[in-house]
Amino acid sequence: MADASSGEHEPELPPHLELQRTRVVCAPDAPSYTESVQYSGAYMAYGVDNSLRIEDFCKNLRVEIISMNEEDIEFDIVGIDAAIANAFRRILIAEVPTMAIEKVYIANNTSVIQDEVLAHRLGLLPIKADPRLFDYKSEEENANEKNTIVFKIDVVCTRKGERVLNSSVTSDQMKWLPEGSEMPFNTMTKFTSFGSSQKNLPGLPAEGISCQYPDIIVAKLRPGQAIELEGHAIKGSGNIHAKWSPVATARYRMLPEVNLMEDIQGKLAEELVQKCPTGVFDIEDVGTVKKAIVARPRNCTLCRECVRGTDWDKRVQLTRVKDHFIFTIESTGALRPEVLFTEAIKILNEKCHRIITELS
Amino acid sequence: MGVSKADEVDDGDNIVSSHKEGLEAPVKTAVDKFQLLPSFLKVRGLVKQHIDSFNYFINCEIKKIIHAQGNEKVTSDVDANFYLKYLDIFVGEPCVEQDYIYEPITPQQCRLRDMTYSAPISVDVEYTRGKEVVVRKGKDGKQEGSINIGRMPIMLRSSRCILAGKNEAQLAKVGECPLDPGGYFVVKGTEKVILIQEQLSKNRIIITTDSSGSVAASVTSSTHERKSKTNMVVKHERIYLRHNTFGDDIPIVVVMRAMGMESDQEIVQMVGRDPKYAGILNPSLQECAALKIYTSHQALEYLGSKVRSRNMFTKQKRTKVDEARDILATVVLAHVPVHQFDFRAKCIYLAVIIRKMLEAMLNREAVDDMDYVGNKRLELAGQLLSLLFEDLFKRMNAELKKSMDATLSKANRSTQFDIIKLIRPDTLTNGLEHAISSGNWAVKRFKMDRKGVTQVVSRLSFIAALGHMTRISSQFEKTRKVSGPRALQPSQWGMLCPCDTPEGEACGLVKNLSLMTHVTTDEEEAPLIELCTTLGVEDLSLLSGEELHSPKTYLVFFNGTILGVHRRPNRFAEVLRKLRRAGKIGEFVSVHVNPKHRNIQIASDGGRVCRPLVIADKGVSRVKEHHMKELKDGFRTFDDFLREGLVEYLDVNEENNSLIALYEGDATPDTTHIEIEPFTILGVCAGLIPYPHHNQSPRNTYQCAMGKQAMGNIAYNQLQRMDTLLYLLVYPQRPLLSTKSIELVGYDKLGAGQNATVAVMSYSGYDIEDAIVMNKSSLDRGFGRCIVIKKSVVPMKKYANRTADRIMAPELQSSAKGGVQVVARQQLQDHDGIAAVGEMIRPGDIYVNKQSPIDTRNNVNNPMALPDSAYKRTPQTYKGAAGETAVVDKVLLTSNDENHFVVKCLIRQTRRPEVGDKFSSRHGQKGVCGTIVQQEDFPFSERGICPDLIMNPHGFPSRMTVGKMIELLGGKAGLHNGKFHYGSAFGEPSGHADKVSTISATLVKHGFSYSGKDFIYSGITGSPLQAYIFMGPIYYQKLKHMVLDKMHARARGPRVVLTRQPTEGRSREGGLRLGEMERDCLIAYGASMMILERLMISSDQFQIQVCTKCGMIGYYHHKLKICLCSTCKSGDNIATMKLPYACKLLFQELQSMNIVPRLTLAEA
Repeated sequence: MADASSGEHEPELPPHLELQRTRVVCAPDAPSYTESVQYSGAYMAYGVDNSLRIEDFCKNLRVEIISMNEEDIEFDIVGIDAAIANAFRRILIAEVPTMAIEKVYIANNTSVIQDEVLAHRLGLLPIKADPRLFDYKSEEENANEKNTIVFKIDVVCTRKGERVLNSSVTSDQMKWLPEGSEMPFNTMTKFTSFGSSQKNLPGLPAEGISCQYPDIIVAKLRPGQAIELEGHAIKGSGNIHAKWSPVATARYRMLPEVNLMEDIQGKLAEELVQKCPTGVFDIEDVGTVKKAIVARPRNCTLCRECVRGTDWDKRVQLTRVKDHFIFTIESTGALRPEVLFTEAIKILNEKCHRIITELS
Repeated sequence: MGVSKADEVDDGDNIVSSHKEGLEAPVKTAVDKFQLLPSFLKVRGLVKQHIDSFNYFINCEIKKIIHAQGNEKVTSDVDANFYLKYLDIFVGEPCVEQDYIYEPITPQQCRLRDMTYSAPISVDVEYTRGKEVVVRKGKDGKQEGSINIGRMPIMLRSSRCILAGKNEAQLAKVGECPLDPGGYFVVKGTEKVILIQEQLSKNRIIITTDSSGSVAASVTSSTHERKSKTNMVVKHERIYLRHNTFGDDIPIVVVMRAMGMESDQEIVQMVGRDPKYAGILNPSLQECAALKIYTSHQALEYLGSKVRSRNMFTKQKRTKVDEARDILATVVLAHVPVHQFDFRAKCIYLAVIIRKMLEAMLNREAVDDMDYVGNKRLELAGQLLSLLFEDLFKRMNAELKKSMDATLSKANRSTQFDIIKLIRPDTLTNGLEHAISSGNWAVKRFKMDRKGVTQVVSRLSFIAALGHMTRISSQFEKTRKVSGPRALQPSQWGMLCPCDTPEGEACGLVKNLSLMTHVTTDEEEAPLIELCTTLGVEDLSLLSGEELHSPKTYLVFFNGTILGVHRRPNRFAEVLRKLRRAGKIGEFVSVHVNPKHRNIQIASDGGRVCRPLVIADKGVSRVKEHHMKELKDGFRTFDDFLREGLVEYLDVNEENNSLIALYEGDATPDTTHIEIEPFTILGVCAGLIPYPHHNQSPRNTYQCAMGKQAMGNIAYNQLQRMDTLLYLLVYPQRPLLSTKSIELVGYDKLGAGQNATVAVMSYSGYDIEDAIVMNKSSLDRGFGRCIVIKKSVVPMKKYANRTADRIMAPELQSSAKGGVQVVARQQLQDHDGIAAVGEMIRPGDIYVNKQSPIDTRNNVNNPMALPDSAYKRTPQTYKGAAGETAVVDKVLLTSNDENHFVVKCLIRQTRRPEVGDKFSSRHGQKGVCGTIVQQEDFPFSERGICPDLIMNPHGFPSRMTVGKMIELLGGKAGLHNGKFHYGSAFGEPSGHADKVSTISATLVKHGFSYSGKDFIYSGITGSPLQAYIFMGPIYYQKLKHMVLDKMHARARGPRVVLTRQPTEGRSREGGLRLGEMERDCLIAYGASMMILERLMISSDQFQIQVCTKCGMIGYYHHKLKICLCSTCKSGDNIATMKLPYACKLLFQELQSMNIVPRLTLAEA
């Protein structure tokens, strides 16, 4: 580090080591150099400092949103380690809380679907309610307006002439009860003790709380059958049960990079373009010669068609950039995907703080 | 007709020649004959063999039985004028008698109400009453007017069943599943199948070698009246006849002589004049001469002396000669008819046997193969029932005769004698019902006593039930260690499934039918025999021995008996076949020319296995494109193909006369038939396996056994049924990689498994030994979730003193708050004292609050007004594993046909998979769940796909289940293609299985690697894995073995009363045994105190008082508080010691046998 004085030329790694350090090489048989090099003195022999400095990190970190809508987001994070990206992914899947039906009180269920199965299905319904407005409910705590959302389903299937009404119970028939449980008609016990109506809860959208999708079939009925129940949703996180996971999935992939090791021209170039099902390559006319170029490396799904066949692995090299992550979040609907990510950052932040306080 | 035939032949020639000319010309695409299969199954159904057999019995056989000699008339020994004659018999529609009204009944009602699905058997009779002759006849098949003689259990979906010909909606109305195959009975509420029984052919000559290697022949004759087995053996180069009516082996020439062949020349001629035969026959001839038997009479005398004297009860004493002659005529080779002691036909038959034996002696290849499927006959429900029915019918008639004679012998009767009143329908009803429900087939006439003929239909899964209907059990002993009968026979091809057989002791003995197999029923013989004679068969009686074996002629056998000879055997066979194809004779008649034995075998008997094949003329298929189009458009059925001679049934023997091409393209000018579809070689169970032809063969066999244990849907009416044990999958799926058999069978509608995304990689170390790692989120979302429903029946007994059990309302007690509440353990009950549907039930809960009368013997005046004190509580408590909550699923209150009230409760449990539950793919790869891992720790692909389970790659190399890999590829391609891919057996050439190359191309098109291996990131570290991971969907089955039903541990618990040792077994909450071998280990290690602790202190330690003087066991006197020895009558020398209670018990038991064990104690 002494010789890394200013003015003098920064020592560099030889190209093959630089490749190993920064790229995952996806050879036809197996990927290699998949792990990131953590040790700061790994390249001491070459005079290269592999340590990570906070200034560098701050300088290099870059986030770029590729696409975003109500449900999905795709964005690039550049300049972080796989472990950090993975931490976000893990937190998104398992630790960002949502609301989901946990307890189902069934007053009547004459349908073919069994009570437990019905309850299980209800639990999996995504509920459009901001979990940040609610508290966790402990086992001994009573259900109140701060920790429980109550829904009811009361459907009777009837025959009206040729038509059968309510032959399927869908998620929009689940009605939100802002005043709490209406269940106990003949028992003295109350299932919830709401202090006030949830309608007045600050931050709640005007349309109230409902299921994210109105057309999910919960059960099917035949004339004469009925379902009457109440579902109590509480706050929870995905590591307890997948129903509380706020994402359909959260994932990332490392930025694909396709290198042409030699000029590929003529017939071979056409063959290469033909080979790729995702259109990574294009043909460029350089005078009379047709030359293959890498036009859309992001499209690469690593089907490895381009490196299949004799000698093709010598012409094309597929790599992944180790510190560039294309992150995708598919939200189930409770929170917008970008909010989910910031929530995930908050949780990670909190965890770090916890460790720091515990260490000190 | 003749002209058209000639035309056909010409056409064939032309096609062949044109074929030859244009070899380079584009090959005509083979006709896709697959459509024939669904239409075949539509006409025949999957279990048609059972139903056909039963229909034949109900409609034809039963009529033959009552008209058989000896059955038709019941006469009296007392009154010669009296008789009862059966005119006709008729089996009606299934019905039940309720309050003297007959009501039609459905199978589902019978299942629920524990009744028998049976129909009344009624007979038309003619009998004498007083001086007049009375005829009682039913009107056109109606019961009215005819006599009811009992009830016949009705096979489901047979012609008499109410389900016959109903469509899906109508079936749903009567609570029946349209996919249920039928073919079984419902007896006392349980479904019973009569298993197909495999036997050696009846009435056929079978040449074998005995243990010493000498040639023997055996013929099992079977006629309506008699069954007998005749053996011929070679001893000291002489041939003997062995039969159990004779005490000794009889020289064969003596038998021939007894049957009227007095000259040796005639015998030799009959056997064959060829010197090589005569030479071997010589010792036998000489032996006869040595016995000085020259005439028929002498021979009969000799035979008479050897007859094993049996029944001494025969009234008129016959001479030995008469007896011998009678035995020869009726018992020995009983199936060869002898009219008025004209033995010629039997002589020829015997000569033919001898000739065959001689041939086998000269040439060992002529020995028959006992395991050859052509030598086997399958006995089905109809045949078995007819045996039983005839026996019971005879018994009923005998009983009738007995009671009739008793009545008629009374001198003066007050009322006129009416025999109808003496007919007791119970004999038949109970006999049939009992036989089917117990499986004990006892037929007195034939000394048949078989056990386990019927089995309860396995309803674990849809496939299990279906597989049960196609099962064939063999008569061979399971314990015998012979390989022959167990081995896969080449002649099984296409008839019996080569995969589906159990492992272990029944391996190879229990078989299953293939998809297209049909089992024949008996066919009328007389017209066929007549036809044969018209077609140029020269009758036996016109031939001399010389002509019989002339090298120009072939012997013609018809169902095992010799009809005569034919000079142009091939022509004869051809004509018969043409007639069959034209529908002039039955489609199942088989003609087999055997040039080796120089004979023609024509068979029309029941129990032969056969299968349909497309006929080809000189290698050109008769089924053309337009035929298939017509079939597709619904203008044609399978029967049309049969009728028009495009398709025919071949049995195993006739297959040997044909050259069958697997595909149309493989046909040569010699080809006579073309297979319809190669995958029909497999049965229903093996048909579920995708790409079975890529698997190592035992894997397919394993899957056949495991498919029957897979949970899923059982039937459309599964929730209406009340099965004792029901395993259901909450979210069953249809396999992504299907086969044609799956669709034909209906497995796509009643699946038993789920398509799991599988990653083949190592993970966590909890995946060794075939264990699988499961994704917790998948389980959260419902993967592998199952429902277990158990039935418990509460019979409400009625007692002899007219008292009965009763159900009381739940008991009340005053609650702490004031007011009343239901006592604990009964809170789940409704007001009627029976558990309410939907209530949770825990072990110890009372689900039926039943009470029984204390006194059930002494007569009670008014049973209804019995006081409460006369009842004791006999509640039904739920016994299940503690901590498991279950739910009352359904309660059925019903009564059976004897008006016994029954309460049936279904108790349901929903289970999610846990560590230790067993799963399996469709390739015989079973494994338990090793660990359950959070989703975020699971690896994920670039597209965010996270597997449902991880399987260790070590499962592949040794198992060689390549089919599983192709299933994964095909499933993955199917997902992205949006269609189901197929993997039918041997389906690649015909397009019923997708080729790997096309699958790979699809994968590439959608951006996957052609090999199915994906770039995967570790869910734990976040960095990519250092290998591409083979990942995709595989259909996984959850098997019924779950830890919850098996886990068991105990610290303290119940003990056996007798020995005071811990009980054994999980159901009794038993201890875990420290066995002999474990004990040996402890001894070897020297852990003496450990042994003492395990074997005595923790088991059955007991303190006894021993008299040190006499060594006997004393006792402790509690009142006097002293120890006493009862032998010494003193308490002076008593020592107290500890020993196992079992040891003390042994001493006492020895004492009771007058053995005195004495304990000699040393100071310790």
